[in-house]
Amino acid sequence: NQASLQRPEIKLESLKEDIKEFFKISGWEKKLQNAVYSELSVFPLPSHPAAPPEHLKEPLVYMRKAQGSWEKRILKSLNSMCTELSIPLARKRPVGEQKELLNKWNEMGTDEPDLSLFRPVYAPKDFLEVLINLRNPNYENGDSLSFRTHLGLIQVPLKVKDIPELKECFAELGLNTGQLGIDDSTQVPPELFENEHVRIGQKVLAEQDSAAAQQYVRQGSPTALRAELWALILNISSQPEDILYYEQLKTNVIQHDLLVDSLIYKDVKLTASNDDYYFVFEDYLYQVLLCFSRDTSVLSHFAYNSASPPKSYIRGKLGLEEYAVFYPPNGVIPFHGFSMYVAPLCFLYHEPYKLYQIFREMYVRFFFRLHSISSHPSGIVSLCLLFETLLQTYLPQLFYHLREIGAQPLRISFKWMVRAFSGYLATDQLLLLWDRILGYNSLEILAVLAAAVFAFRAVNLMEVTSLAAAEAVLADLSTLKVMPLLQIFLFATVT
Amino acid sequence: MAGKVKWVTDIEKSVLINNFEKRGWVQVTENEDWNFYWMSVQTIRSVFSVETGYRLSDDQVVNHFPNHYELTRKDLMVKNIKRYRKELEKEGSPLAERDENGKYLYLDFVPVTYMLPADYNLFVEEFRKSPSSTWIMKPCGKAQGKGIFLINKLSQIKKWSRDSKTSSFVSQSTKEAYVISLYINNPLLIGGRKFDLRLYVLVSTYRPLRCYMYKLGFCRFCTVKYTPSTSELDNMFVHLTNVAIQKHGEDYNHIHGGKWTVSNLRLYLESTRGREVTSKLFDEIHWIIVQSLKAVAPVMNSDKHCFECYGYDIIIDDKLKPWLIEVNASPSLTSSTANDRILKYNLINDTLNIAVPNGEIPDCKWNKSPPKEVLGNYEILYDEELAQGDGADRELRGRPGQSLGPKAGRSRDAGRTVLTTWK
Repeated sequence: NQASLQRPEIKLESLKEDIKEFFKISGWEKKLQNAVYSELSVFPLPSHPAAPPEHLKEPLVYMRKAQGSWEKRILKSLNSMCTELSIPLARKRPVGEQKELLNKWNEMGTDEPDLSLFRPVYAPKDFLEVLINLRNPNYENGDSLSFRTHLGLIQVPLKVKDIPELKECFAELGLNTGQLGIDDSTQVPPELFENEHVRIGQKVLAEQDSAAAQQYVRQGSPTALRAELWALILNISSQPEDILYYEQLKTNVIQHDLLVDSLIYKDVKLTASNDDYYFVFEDYLYQVLLCFSRDTSVLSHFAYNSASPPKSYIRGKLGLEEYAVFYPPNGVIPFHGFSMYVAPLCFLYHEPYKLYQIFREMYVRFFFRLHSISSHPSGIVSLCLLFETLLQTYLPQLFYHLREIGAQPLRISFKWMVRAFSGYLATDQLLLLWDRILGYNSLEILAVLAAAVFAFRAVNLMEVTSLAAAEAVLADLSTLKVMPLLQIFLFATVT
Repeated sequence: MAGKVKWVTDIEKSVLINNFEKRGWVQVTENEDWNFYWMSVQTIRSVFSVETGYRLSDDQVVNHFPNHYELTRKDLMVKNIKRYRKELEKEGSPLAERDENGKYLYLDFVPVTYMLPADYNLFVEEFRKSPSSTWIMKPCGKAQGKGIFLINKLSQIKKWSRDSKTSSFVSQSTKEAYVISLYINNPLLIGGRKFDLRLYVLVSTYRPLRCYMYKLGFCRFCTVKYTPSTSELDNMFVHLTNVAIQKHGEDYNHIHGGKWTVSNLRLYLESTRGREVTSKLFDEIHWIIVQSLKAVAPVMNSDKHCFECYGYDIIIDDKLKPWLIEVNASPSLTSSTANDRILKYNLINDTLNIAVPNGEIPDCKWNKSPPKEVLGNYEILYDEELAQGDGADRELRGRPGQSLGPKAGRSRDAGRTVLTTWK
């Protein structure tokens, strides 16, 4: 301000240097760097100046069209449930109900509303059917089978990486690099890798450098440092205004009831409440997801998401744009298993507002790609194709056998990838996997892990003769150690 | 002499019977010649009672120590620990050091407890010092949460006052004896829920003391949200974590049974609180278990025919301090979920591997030192013989709160785990 500029120490000649120096000392330089780095990680690379905004969402027309039809279906399903049950999409709560909810805020899990009439809007397998029917109208597969023919369920020509490319991409997972999840097991003396790795982690945290943290967690994050490292990578710092914002969302929940709230309740009751690891955090899940539905700041991610928020109209004003609202307010309709995106984070963050911020950022950076139709390399379509291609190329006998018995591998692995393996792996293993998602800023590792799991159980799978039997072999992943599986598949398989 | 082990049990539980059968052991009745008897606590009383004059031979093993109640009865456990502390204090042992408020630094792990009606007046004195505190009344001889209630007013336990005109005969017999302990009203909450820890500890001999900790303990969560509010005092679902009680609550889930593995607990605590305080907590838990065993060792009849698998109940408060609530001689072998069944099956399996080596007819004269390979999911918690071999100066270095070297639970030294580095 004016007054401080008048001070004798401020010299015009050195102002630029002084400000730079001030930034460095006060830590603001680092914060700015982190913020810029964060933006770069999230937003796509600059494209052609004449490209319209839809291209930022999704460059391929047929994909956009498919996403559009899928959205119409979901919305139709939601609206018909609404009509059938005569429940409004949204309503203001009477004061008595508001008070009651406020009292029960920390234990909404004990509330047992009658949810029997609600059904999830869709389940992963419904979404899979849509992806299976995706076709690029400009691409002619040809009727004759050749060795190039893709034998899997996904029939669109997207470019996916092969193992040599994956090895380059995931270089830090190589055999000669120390990893948490392998080199910290009890048989390995900690002096060989773990102690030094922890020391470096503490240094990264002290420096508060997002880019360094992201690079660091490629080798896995020590349990005690993970919460802070993820927050640093996601550039979450929990300022007072963030806490206030969360409280404001909470107020919205108290004041208004949304139909999607019942869907959220049902989902939590069906999934997380029955999970050996996450049942403890049931109440936190409501506190996060109900607020999430009302968070309009989430709408900004639709700029780069192929999906668009469903629009609804105030009663009686159908079609009139001035009366259009996004529904739910954050534009995201939860599906069966959605709450499992939040559940593992409860092991790291126990303050609701912090948990909320981390989840929201994870969603707008990664999770949204797992249930929208796009050509993005981390999008679910590419992941499915990557999975199938890896299997067909490197485990052809297994792939062919499973296909012959009517057990297309993707039918089993799809649900793992859509949930980013949450609820399928033991929590400590899941967190090691998500370390790498953050570290590489990509979801491709999910497809690689899915293929690695099939490779690991190949012997048993070769002996099954039905889809049900194949499902049984792969029903329990809770004993798997993800890092050795990934390492063997990528770096120790003959290519 | 490859005869098959003959077993008897008066506890009809599949986790036991399946383990006997898989070893090819032969079931007999208690009147025949048996080698192994897994008995209930009522039976052990009669086997070792003076009237029966039962003499066990060298090829007979039983699963309880004759006077296990020195540890497993709530009032006797407290009595023995108090006695142990006073003895250490008299010896001038550094373990018995107190802080400026008179609290033991290293041996304060049992909540303040009094016997009723014997200590009624002492209790009243203590109660009046902090009148807003809550106390928990537990019958000495019962289990599974039976007969337990909370009080926060003296009037609620009028019956146990020695001067009470109504008490006449009732409170004098041991059957009606109660202990009253300060209720821990600041338990560590996870997801807003209260929980306690159930850990299994196998003792193969008390003199010398040799005990093993089962690595797969679990946390038992209350189904209802914890609230310290006084209006909820009567709601046992909030306060008691016994599965027997929780099972009847509306929210009880039969898939996970409200249980978490100890490794989940560790992961959660390390992630949210850091490694040092988590390791310190687990070190302290091991410490209090060993101290409780040392406290009763002098009065325990360390009969060579006996071993015992105890169920330790521990509560952690919000300062990450563990408290010993009680020790069970007959931890439940009922399985409430599929995971539970597997855990208990493996528990019995590993216990039998240590107590009856090689599954062969036992010889109770053996040195009770099983090789490391048969431990299964057990790890050595404390081995007095090994510890003594290191010299007395180890004692000072090993108290909780001081760095104990590599973290507990990750054994790197061949032949001995870090759990035995202190005495």
